[in-house]
Amino acid sequence: MSSVRSSRSVLPGFGLSLGFTLAYLGLIVLVPLLAAFIRTSEMSWADFVTAVASPRVLASYKLSFGASFLAALVNSFFGLIVAWVLVRYSFFGKRVVDALVDLPFALPTAVAGIALTAIYANNGWVGGWMEPVWTAAVAKLDAWMPWASWKDWLGLKIAFDRPGVFIALTFIGLPFVVRTLQPVLEELEPELEEASASLGANRWQTITRVIFPELLPALITGFAMAFARALGEYGSVVFIAGNMPMHSEITPLLIITKLEQYDYHGATAIAVVMLVSSFCLLLLINLLQKWSRRHHRV
Amino acid sequence: MSITATQITKTFGTYTALAGVDLHVPSGKLVALLGPSGSGKTTLLRVIAGLETADSGSGRIQFHAEDVTDVPTGKRGVGFVFQHYALFRHMTVFDNIAFGLNVLKRKERPSKDQIADRVHKLLKLVQLDNLGKRYPTQLSGGQRQRVALARALAVDPKVLLLDEPFGALDAKVRKELRRWLRQFHDEINLTTVFVTHDQEEALEIADEVVVMNQAKIEQVGTPQEVYDHPATPFVYQFLGNVNKLQLPWRGFSNADGSHGPFTDSSAKVAYVRPHELEVLRYRVGVDGEVASIRTIHAAGSVARLTCVRGSSEFVDVEISRQRLDELALAIDDPVLLRVRRSRTFAEDYAI
Repeated sequence: MSSVRSSRSVLPGFGLSLGFTLAYLGLIVLVPLLAAFIRTSEMSWADFVTAVASPRVLASYKLSFGASFLAALVNSFFGLIVAWVLVRYSFFGKRVVDALVDLPFALPTAVAGIALTAIYANNGWVGGWMEPVWTAAVAKLDAWMPWASWKDWLGLKIAFDRPGVFIALTFIGLPFVVRTLQPVLEELEPELEEASASLGANRWQTITRVIFPELLPALITGFAMAFARALGEYGSVVFIAGNMPMHSEITPLLIITKLEQYDYHGATAIAVVMLVSSFCLLLLINLLQKWSRRHHRV
Repeated sequence: MSITATQITKTFGTYTALAGVDLHVPSGKLVALLGPSGSGKTTLLRVIAGLETADSGSGRIQFHAEDVTDVPTGKRGVGFVFQHYALFRHMTVFDNIAFGLNVLKRKERPSKDQIADRVHKLLKLVQLDNLGKRYPTQLSGGQRQRVALARALAVDPKVLLLDEPFGALDAKVRKELRRWLRQFHDEINLTTVFVTHDQEEALEIADEVVVMNQAKIEQVGTPQEVYDHPATPFVYQFLGNVNKLQLPWRGFSNADGSHGPFTDSSAKVAYVRPHELEVLRYRVGVDGEVASIRTIHAAGSVARLTCVRGSSEFVDVEISRQRLDELALAIDDPVLLRVRRSRTFAEDYAI
């Protein structure tokens, strides 16, 4: 890497490829984003603050970031298990399962939203089944620990409420974690586990002290990608969320709402906040990742 | 602690890696398992370590009369060193070596100070005194392999098993490290088995060499025994260079200095090492097989000649540099070859 501009490189020069890279990124990524900033800069500071910090918008940030974070976290855990199973074992139908993982990628988000809503709605397969179970569970808990206010949870729904947002975001984030972990798991030397076992470590110690630290950088990458994807997700969530202001309204939906009301400045202002905060978060995650792989030779 | 393996069979699907192998490793010896790839040597080592289980119903593994066949690898008391080190990248050298102690149950685990003490002793033993705080990626290949060795020794193993320990190193480091291993073994006197496909390595440092081929043991003996008295054509060919001479030959030097024709009623092929041949300048009326010089390779401690007998039978000969000067040979010169020592195997022993 030291002689990037080596004059004897076989491939076309650094200048040409970097120029192309910058032009392409500029055209596709930078210019549209810049437009958002420029539009926003036309607002007065007071307008900007009102646009991005009204209670309804703040509530949407909380939901968007919170649910995205939670979904990415859950995906990291289960995605790891899925990737592990797909890499380590061979079983009948493995290819089908492997292809299934990509489905949330390929499916139009609206289709995903409608399908999830149909299933989790109170008259759907899972929703219909969950409702009585949940009611019974709350009754049990209430009888057991009457001092806790379990009854408040009685009306909990999955679809058309916050859990729906979380489920949709989990659904669309899974492939990112699995696909990031798979190649890393494939390259993980079995000798590491054998070395650990021959030194007397039990399975749990081998997993937590040897395998997990090896996977951590990839896991953080997968988490970051799932998180970023969830933050920007719109299509599937709007169908299942119920979209109640102050309660189950995600930020991307709020931006669309503003646009529909011809409040372009308000929309871009929120967009800018989302952009800057996601950028900061991703930067933070990148640093974390760099830290976690500080001893790995890439 | 001696190791005894009796009738070990291991198959992977339809592939037989070990076909009823018997092995005894005497206590305190350094033993090499030598063979080409696919001969089953690594599998045998892994079965001894407990990383692989022999086929059910096949034989037993004993460490000093104690049957360990069903004991899991972590409880067998083996130190295992992997070809590619298998160091834990996210841990310092110190933590790598301490790993085996840190995973012990609280009751059996030594105190932090005791662990630190032991690790430092081991670092000293493998001559890496000041590198405890480094990470494996900051070390050279030879250093990593020594860390792996120290890590294996930290748990006080009863036997040390090394799988191609120098396989991933370059030639020079390899030579240094194997001398060091020999010396190291003499210091700690731990029963050690190492796998290698490099005959030079095995012959140089092992007390005993176990030559394996096609899932079976071909011969067991000291380096000199297996080199000088190979039990099978395979061992002959695998250990060092050998000419397969198509009999009959005209030149054979007897021990008493006389010479005559060389025939063997039971074999068509004689195995002769390059240094067991004598070269004379061609003269009419002298016993010897006529050949001509094809190449002369004199860069080294001995001169290597390639001779051609008849139209296409190549014979390698090694003579001293001094003898080469005396003979003053040139390419295409006719010479006479005489066999000083040879070995024949009965005809049906096909390889």
